Amino acid sequence: MDEVFWGSMIGSTLRVAAPLMLCALAGLFSERSGVVDIGLEGKMLAAAFAAAATGVSTGSLTLALLAALGTSMALSGLHGVACVSHAGNQVVSGVAINIMAVGLTAVLGAAWFKQGGQTPPVPDALRLGAWWPGLVDATRDMPFVGPVLVQGFLSHSVLVYLALALVPAVWWLLWRSRFGLRLRAVGENPAMVEAAGVSVQRMRYMALSLNGMLCGLAGAYLVLAQSASFVPNMTAGRGFMALAALIFGKWHPVGAFWACLLFGFLDAAAIRMQGVVLPVIGEVPVQLVQALPYVLTVVLLAGFIGKAVAPKALGIPYTKERT
Amino acid sequence: MTKQPPLPGGPDPAYAVEMTGISKSFGAVRANSEVDFRVRAGRIHGLVGENGAGKSTLMSILYGFYSADAGQIRLHGEPVNIRRAQDAIDHGVGMVHQHFMLVGNLTALDNVMLGAEGHALLSRAAAQARQRLDALMQSTGLQVPLDRVVDDLNVGDCQRLEILKTLFRGARVLILDEPTAVLTPQETVQLFEVLRRLRDQGTTILIITHKLKEVMALCDDVTVMRGGRVVLDTAVAATSVEGLAQAMVGRSVQMGRHGDAAPAAPGEPLLSAKGLSVTDAWGVQRLRGVSLTLRSGEIVGVAGVSGNGQSELLDVLSGLARPAAGTLELGGQQYQAPRWLDPTTARTLGLAHVPEDRYARAMVMPFAAWESAVLGYEALPDYSRAGWMRHNAMRTATAEMMERFDVRPRQVDLRCGQFSGGNQQKLVLARELGQNPRVLLIGQPTRGVDIGAIEFIHDQVRALRDAGCAVLLVSSELDEILALSDRVIVMNQGVITGELAIGECDVTRIGMLMAGSAQGAPA
Amino acid sequence: MKAAKPLPRWADLVLLPLLNLALALGVAGLVVMGIGQDPVQVIGVLVKGAFGSERGLSYTLYYATTFVFTGLAVAVAFHGGLFNIGGEGQAILGGLGAGLAALWLSPHLGPWLMLPIMVLSAAAAGMAWSFIPAYLQAYRGSHVVITTIMFNFLAASLLVYLLVNWLKVPGSMAVESAEFAESAKLPRMHELLQHLGVEWASSPLNASVFLAVAAAVGVYLFLWHSRAGYRMRTVGASEGAAAYAGIRPQRQVLLSMALSGGLAGLVGMNEVAGVSGRLMLDFVAGAGFTGIAVALMGRNHPVGVVLSSLLFGALFQGGAEVAFEVPGFTRDMVVALQGFIVLFSGAMSYVMAPWLSRALAALPAVRTKEVAHG
Repeated sequence: MDEVFWGSMIGSTLRVAAPLMLCALAGLFSERSGVVDIGLEGKMLAAAFAAAATGVSTGSLTLALLAALGTSMALSGLHGVACVSHAGNQVVSGVAINIMAVGLTAVLGAAWFKQGGQTPPVPDALRLGAWWPGLVDATRDMPFVGPVLVQGFLSHSVLVYLALALVPAVWWLLWRSRFGLRLRAVGENPAMVEAAGVSVQRMRYMALSLNGMLCGLAGAYLVLAQSASFVPNMTAGRGFMALAALIFGKWHPVGAFWACLLFGFLDAAAIRMQGVVLPVIGEVPVQLVQALPYVLTVVLLAGFIGKAVAPKALGIPYTKERT
Repeated sequence: MTKQPPLPGGPDPAYAVEMTGISKSFGAVRANSEVDFRVRAGRIHGLVGENGAGKSTLMSILYGFYSADAGQIRLHGEPVNIRRAQDAIDHGVGMVHQHFMLVGNLTALDNVMLGAEGHALLSRAAAQARQRLDALMQSTGLQVPLDRVVDDLNVGDCQRLEILKTLFRGARVLILDEPTAVLTPQETVQLFEVLRRLRDQGTTILIITHKLKEVMALCDDVTVMRGGRVVLDTAVAATSVEGLAQAMVGRSVQMGRHGDAAPAAPGEPLLSAKGLSVTDAWGVQRLRGVSLTLRSGEIVGVAGVSGNGQSELLDVLSGLARPAAGTLELGGQQYQAPRWLDPTTARTLGLAHVPEDRYARAMVMPFAAWESAVLGYEALPDYSRAGWMRHNAMRTATAEMMERFDVRPRQVDLRCGQFSGGNQQKLVLARELGQNPRVLLIGQPTRGVDIGAIEFIHDQVRALRDAGCAVLLVSSELDEILALSDRVIVMNQGVITGELAIGECDVTRIGMLMAGSAQGAPA
Repeated sequence: MKAAKPLPRWADLVLLPLLNLALALGVAGLVVMGIGQDPVQVIGVLVKGAFGSERGLSYTLYYATTFVFTGLAVAVAFHGGLFNIGGEGQAILGGLGAGLAALWLSPHLGPWLMLPIMVLSAAAAGMAWSFIPAYLQAYRGSHVVITTIMFNFLAASLLVYLLVNWLKVPGSMAVESAEFAESAKLPRMHELLQHLGVEWASSPLNASVFLAVAAAVGVYLFLWHSRAGYRMRTVGASEGAAAYAGIRPQRQVLLSMALSGGLAGLVGMNEVAGVSGRLMLDFVAGAGFTGIAVALMGRNHPVGVVLSSLLFGALFQGGAEVAFEVPGFTRDMVVALQGFIVLFSGAMSYVMAPWLSRALAALPAVRTKEVAHG
């Protein structure tokens, strides 16, 4: 476990945590406004496909990003129509979005690219490599600074840094702006907000728009900064892990941030721990490490490590009562 | 709202609020019938009435929750069109609701600002708001810790916060809905001081209440409503508690009562409760040491405006809720809080319960009638054996119930939600009365029931009483209480303020007891 | 929201699901056209593939069997007022339960003892997996939807761990357990029919189809004919009325989730005991989520669940056929259709129902019937 190891651990943690953070922040907006969002997985997947398909077809980074954001926002909008404008079951709607995304992305992928659902790799010009490639090369051989600092922290794509920057930005938006105050209130007592003259429906749709944008970024990350092509079901449960991180972080951006880092760390550790024998415990099964995020979330929900208090109006459809 | 021609003589700005010709119906119920309501500017005006008198509806129209079917509203002489709460707020009308509209995990300052922040940046908005609020708190004497989270505030603080919210938005007319319902006497005194100060500074204050003593103590003017109409409109100095009580209750006692012989002397006690005390989630005491005894062959009516502990009393006696303190003796079994009766045991001990809330408690609306007909009694050998339900027996029993209580249509398969209100109630009564209980608790038996069914239901209750059952009747309809009861107890603020034999009931006494005065004791 | 009259029973149970299905098929048809295929042709191949041959029909029934189990699981939980998303994980545990029992005991026991033991193990294992989230919901207030989603992932991890570290046949590359002894395998339908002298195409369809039918009948009897079922449905339909009747909500939560998990666990009998005869990865393959679609379409009634299961079985089998015959088409179209069905039957049902109610109210026949009800 030398410098190279730690450097790669840190780097891997950040790279895995980045899409989780984006998705968790997306879920934060939705759930803080009172709308349950199980569909993070589906939206991220659909956005990834849109980015890949558009990137391959047009060769434009801008269009690929726009496609990803647009697709994800459309799905969020659908969720809104079903659950905000009408009193649909929010969980069922999220499940529907997930299933539709899995199916449609594979169908369209197979039909358009004839590779059994996979898309061809996105052209290199679109791929987001290290934001400071010069720095990586320059410090490659410097002890500590090279492997740990640069490889670990400074060698990532712009989207990783964007994700990190969004954490304090979201915090600021929710706790320092008028919009954020209203949003937090909508998730606790929508009747009060409506009586104060603010439209609950409008607030929730705005929250869902932000939710769509962030999921879109997460999906775009997967094909622009991580793998190069879209593969069916490539999100592999990360949307649910983001949801777990959100809950584990007690619906707070900073809490979710640490949870995502933790889960990212566990993911990075899982692969590297294979075959490693620890004192006392013996060989740690990789599946246990992979399952830890879910176990931790359940333990938290059961109230064994503190309490996770959800926004009070979460999951309850709000209807204005008027005659 | 239809446009009415302006009042003769032009609008008078001496009136802060003028509501003329207001009518509002909900289905077949006329909540407001051509109500003319005027409030002088800079005065404290009380609006009094029993449940269903129409006062809440009238205020809801003023605040924009409902639209009147007919009539006109003028504020400070200007005709206004109020279609939603925001319109009312924009015209300077503020409402403090009975159930607080606050977000628990935000600070008091946040709650006041919400919706009227004045700036997109919270820090800027908060600084401005704090300045204004400090000034307001100085001038009105309303003190609220602005930086404390609402969950940590007590009831009095929350109410003051609600008032501050309206003042922050520039309210010149302040409506308070039953403001003292959750306050201690101490807090009530403080509230009155604040309200007087506000009035002296020019705010017009409207108080919806049924507490006549408070009206006499605080208000300058008072309007009494009954049956959707205004029956009295006067300065407080020109009336008294008795006068208000009479206007509020205003009917002859013997109305609806059959000219039957004196009721049979009540027999042995079947249910005996002592010292029942219930505290709700807010920390407010809903029942304070209530004791009562129900005797065989007697109908005891509980009179009083809703919300004074009657619901909690029914819940505790039926086993639905556990009191913080008290004892109960029923069917030979003794209970002492916290170990308490549960609904299933209550039924085996011969207690039946017709709940106040038909939709959420008494029936399972999506079920067919024949399935709701055994709710609570599914374990009886008549209806199930060895864990299996006896469908034929259930359907036959339901058909019999429908026949006996004339439930229409006579279709046991129809879903409960598709019967009319009256027929639903008849089904519930058929179920509960059909068990030949020894003690029957009834809450609001004829709420939402058409006239034809009301008489029928009353006859059935009397018949049960004649057969030896002990009946506790809770109703916000004083007519009903007076028509059915042998003995009337009156509740106010969780206490029994008085107990009268039916022969001793007169309007003034009952009104006084309902208003909280304990003077109504029999001579 | 404008209030509309509630739908008459027959419209609620039959017409609305058909309308939702039609909408879902319509959208799917648009997608099919969008990718350059002819929806009519696709439907034709699909129907022929699902019902047009002995083999196709058998496969349809085989898929339907699994969906009956997961669909009943979701339906039972709904009647108790809960949404069980954990069918996927509970089904995995069911397979594990059956498989572990088989690996341990099958060399020593005959089929008449082994198979019932496997059924009980499968149900018990599924039940255990749903019990923990149920307990946490009832007594610690943890939201059952989130915990069951987590438990789905935990089940998958558990399966992988056990297969890779404990159950894999040493020396083999395949991630699967050893094969069970014959006593632990359910006979295939074509084998049974052969015994009766009937020639039938071979397929994975096995005796667990009888188990599925029995489960559907059992759920029906339980929910509408037993006292415990009556109480469960009361809690699901009206918590206030249940409290009034003296029914304790926590117990009902545990009961409904336990039954739900047990039903989902029976998937193990179809897939593990009936088809593969050994424990493998991914034998559930999304059936837990299909169960949600099945229950929603079938309006949570056992008869509806069975019919919906047949529908989805046909879609899966037909879909495979379409993927085989029509170029550029994959089975994922069925998954997409499933998503549309969940969307229309589940999330958007509030959008459709008032529209349908108003449309019906306009029909004179319906109007006179309503007047008579008074």
